[in-house]
Amino acid sequence: MIDDLITALGAEFVQLSLTPIVIGTLAAIACALPGNFLLLRRQALIGDAISHVVLPGIVAAFLVTGTITAVPMMLGAGAAAIIAVAMIEIVKRLGRVEPGAAMGLVFTTLFAAGVLFLEITDTSSVHIDVQHALLGNLESLIWFDAEGWGSLLDPAALATLPPQLPRLAVVLVGIGLFIFLFWKELKISTFDAAFAGAIGIRTRVLGFALVVATAVAAVAAFDAVGSIIVIAMFVCPPASARLMTNQLARQVGWSVVFATISAILGYVLAGYGPGWFGSPYAVSAAGMIATVSGVILILTCLFGPQRKRVGQQAEA
Amino acid sequence: MGFGDYFISALFLQAGYNSALVAIGAGLLGLSAGSAGAFIFLRKRALVSDAISHATLPGVGLAFIIMVAFGSDGRWLPGLILGSAISSAIGLLMVEWITRKTRLTEDAAIGAVLSVFFGFGIVLLTVIQTMSSGRQAGLENFLLGSTAGMLISEATTIAVAGAMAAGFVFLLRRPMTLVAFDPEYAATTGVNVRNIDLAMMGLALIVTVIGLKIVGLILIVALLIIPPVAARFWTNQVGRMIGIAAVIGGLSGYVGAVLSAAHAALPTGPIIVLVAFGFFMISALFSPLRGGLASALRHQRFQRRVHRRQGLLSLARREPIYDGLTIRILRRAGMIRADGVATARGRIAAEKAAHDEARWAMARRMLPDDSAIERYDGLTPIERMMTPDQIAEIDRMIQSAQTTQGAKA
Repeated sequence: MIDDLITALGAEFVQLSLTPIVIGTLAAIACALPGNFLLLRRQALIGDAISHVVLPGIVAAFLVTGTITAVPMMLGAGAAAIIAVAMIEIVKRLGRVEPGAAMGLVFTTLFAAGVLFLEITDTSSVHIDVQHALLGNLESLIWFDAEGWGSLLDPAALATLPPQLPRLAVVLVGIGLFIFLFWKELKISTFDAAFAGAIGIRTRVLGFALVVATAVAAVAAFDAVGSIIVIAMFVCPPASARLMTNQLARQVGWSVVFATISAILGYVLAGYGPGWFGSPYAVSAAGMIATVSGVILILTCLFGPQRKRVGQQAEA
Repeated sequence: MGFGDYFISALFLQAGYNSALVAIGAGLLGLSAGSAGAFIFLRKRALVSDAISHATLPGVGLAFIIMVAFGSDGRWLPGLILGSAISSAIGLLMVEWITRKTRLTEDAAIGAVLSVFFGFGIVLLTVIQTMSSGRQAGLENFLLGSTAGMLISEATTIAVAGAMAAGFVFLLRRPMTLVAFDPEYAATTGVNVRNIDLAMMGLALIVTVIGLKIVGLILIVALLIIPPVAARFWTNQVGRMIGIAAVIGGLSGYVGAVLSAAHAALPTGPIIVLVAFGFFMISALFSPLRGGLASALRHQRFQRRVHRRQGLLSLARREPIYDGLTIRILRRAGMIRADGVATARGRIAAEKAAHDEARWAMARRMLPDDSAIERYDGLTPIERMMTPDQIAEIDRMIQSAQTTQGAKA
């Protein structure tokens, strides 16, 4: 098994597995970061809703432009996310229904519309389908021109990296900066919105900015890894982290750790795990990453030092 | 035969026995989904059913693998339904367990369960694709639903199970209503709230698993959520709301299945969901109780009454009117001429309005705590709010106030 590992980390590893692992990790962290605040604001399912409406956004962008290039798709998906959030707000006000029902109504409808558009229009010439939207294509994001670890220093080889990698890196830096720069405001408005308003923080603008950051993360990650990872990473690492600590900064730190572990371990298990059972086929990396994050959550639910509610200690 | 003809004939169940059965099955499924969803909606737990439906996928995969291991072809629907029911029950209990045992909120538990179970299900699906018997398993159809090539036995299973779920809703309607509206009160009357909650979610689970084949697991939750939300626009009474939700759900399922039967290439689930959304839009716009059109009309009528009243009061005080809407309303009612001078009719109406306003002012001074005063909106004539005796008393007071004022002057 050690031998396996050594060969596994050779040139072939750099070519076939390094970039998917890095991309998966970047995507996981980019989703987990805003997920921390969504979780504490009880908006965890906004991530779920947004990642469902990315599909109609992409289909609409395809129908308008006729191509599947990255920029119009990301714009379309971002627009769909914002439209969905606005629609949820309208349904909530007009129907006076709870946010969950409004959300469920909007995202299922938009997703259904996306699927139907996809089936009606002729998209057979391009690689865009529901499976892809759900699962992403992490395994196919290989680094074709890499010849070994040395390629990391070779500008010519670096130029052929899958474009998702630099894109996700930029998005991650952007989201990280947003959270870093507005740390105090986000923290106060998350824990005490009334107080935040009283000291002059524009809570609604900040809340909207958070949703936009979520949408950006979802759209960028979605292209590379599909919506399962996106939903799982919005919720699971922050939820596990919440059970580890009472301090927001540490919670964010833990969520990054858990997201990273999920992405790396999930990819390795999906790619190499079946081989240990003698099967020549790999299983879905996206699904496995989500599964690993779920296992981490179960472990923290059982053993996390801060897993209980205040005052629940004695009872349980 | 064109699409339109086919649609019409399918709508009236003349497009073949099989598609008729599928349409009836989808209709019964929608019926039970709409009524079961109504309780979940009232209990404000709509998205728990999203976790339940996504949690079916690993069960479908495992059931397939187990059935293949025992030598069958793995596509036997009751077996797949049983597997999905078990795994979504585990998902539901996980949501309950996480919210009860840890400090995580229910929405976080929902998000975690739905994404992890779905992810694990996808892992199993990729395993199945590598199995020799798995290549044509068609399990992806469970994601978005498909009625194409559905067996008659399958359609019958769905129709019977849908009817049974609807009957189950009918039997449990009283305790479920009680728990949905006031769980504390329900507990004091001896209802076991936790069990009723579980029964409610159990119903969602049944609807989900029998809906897998037709609607698919990603969108089945829409059939539980959209009909009740649409029904809520039409009534404030719970019994009627459940009935309306059931009808909307049933119609969505039926019409959606017929539409997709006429267009075999299209997945059934999205069509049913969009039909349901159409019913929602109709409800949101046209319901007389809370619909957008009705409230816009109500608002406009109110606005016109306010402008008319204020315009008449201005006429009575001999003040010029500048507001465009007020002028238009008074012109159309024949109260003023084009140059803004009051007509004979206008003068009478203005006099009446001013008199009414004076009576109200006096009434407010005389009876500050009267219930009629509290409901004063500046529009309703006092005759409609007070008895003739009271008004006569008010008039006397006005007269005596005028005479004392005259004496002072």
